Amino acid sequence: MIPSSFDYHKATSVADAIACLQANEDSKLLAGGHSLLPMMKLRFAESPFLIDINGIDELKGISMENGTITIGAMTTENELIRSELLQQHCPLLVEAAKLVADPQVRNKGTIGGDVAHGDPGNDHPAVMLALDAELVLQGPDGTRTVPANGFFLGTYWTGLEEHEILVAIKVPAIKSGVGHGYQKLKRKTGDYAVAGAPVVVEMDGDIVRDIRIGLTNVAPMAIRAEAAEDLIRGKRVDDALLKEVEKSIIEACDPAVDLRGDEEYKSHMAAIMARRAIIQAIENAKG
Amino acid sequence: MAKQAVSFNLNGKAVDVLVEPRELLIHTLRENLNLTGAHIGCESSHCGACTVDIDGESVKSCTLLTVQAAGSEVKSVEGLTNADGLHVVQQAFKDEHGLQCGFCTPGMLMRTYRFLQENPNPSDEEIRWGMSGNLCRCTGYQNIIEAVKTAAKNLQQA
Repeated sequence: MIPSSFDYHKATSVADAIACLQANEDSKLLAGGHSLLPMMKLRFAESPFLIDINGIDELKGISMENGTITIGAMTTENELIRSELLQQHCPLLVEAAKLVADPQVRNKGTIGGDVAHGDPGNDHPAVMLALDAELVLQGPDGTRTVPANGFFLGTYWTGLEEHEILVAIKVPAIKSGVGHGYQKLKRKTGDYAVAGAPVVVEMDGDIVRDIRIGLTNVAPMAIRAEAAEDLIRGKRVDDALLKEVEKSIIEACDPAVDLRGDEEYKSHMAAIMARRAIIQAIENAKG
Repeated sequence: MAKQAVSFNLNGKAVDVLVEPRELLIHTLRENLNLTGAHIGCESSHCGACTVDIDGESVKSCTLLTVQAAGSEVKSVEGLTNADGLHVVQQAFKDEHGLQCGFCTPGMLMRTYRFLQENPNPSDEEIRWGMSGNLCRCTGYQNIIEAVKTAAKNLQQA
């Protein structure tokens, strides 16, 4: 399988890539390419012009300042996994990246590509929601920072404006009393999630002061299980409460039916993944 | 869609090719440079039969444009053997019967070659995780795991 013909430009800077997006109608950015190129082979996506942003140094790297971690959009999944800074200060991103695709794909696949692509099966969008991340977008009119919450609008539909590039992701470093949990059910290595649930909790002793529950691949886009969060906030988590939470999560799901399962199964699995991730996050908050 | 001149190093030698931007590295290797070691399996970056080494990382060459390889150091399975014969990794797959039909083997070898540099002394669990991007339909994987373990041992003694 070979994609249909296109022209190719290797961008040298973000400004160069934006100028190129403006100059070429229907052009697309080539990040890791492990979603886009397979789609172009199958003619699910077509573009007359690909702008390769792999050589742009300003889009790479992980740094931390005043409790906020900034991750360049072109940081690969394996770079996330290897990052000691993330292992220590944002373990959720490391655990999520370990379960993305396989070792070879993780060498090419990037966090920014995963977030900006808009596929509900991608893992990072729900992680962004659970972390309350901020996304740095650069376009012809400058740079703006938007919350991840509200960025994911539908299947292959995000808050990215025309000619804009996701350049960086900002996430808060974990602090005392905060715990991360992550659970993903998949049929096999390399497959998208049947359901995935990243969870971040903020504990006050035994009481959950705040909680964010992200859900992967059980709706047209990554979603927050807000009703379930409301049930938990300010409470001590026990089995009776978790039963209520499961019901609420099943209500929140609207999965596409495919070979991974029907609506009932996927929604139920989302509830189970969320339940396990909540327990895991609370346990980790104590640590 | 004008063709573009692309230069890279392949198994230690400089190569120059003229390709359409849409040409995938696996096709350049097999059809233009006549190196048919890397195989085309699923063509969708799942099976790993097309795995080659690029700038010190394992990459699935069915999902990389040849133009993206410009300036890179590429190693394919043809580059594993040397004047002394089989590479330690190849010898280990032979000794442990880590293959049956052989279709996945070039990818398995190239992944093992890189994996054992990333993790020279892996546990069984780490081998399964590290090799999880390569599918084999014959062996049931057990002998592949044994081959990787044997290769790890022999590389450390070498």
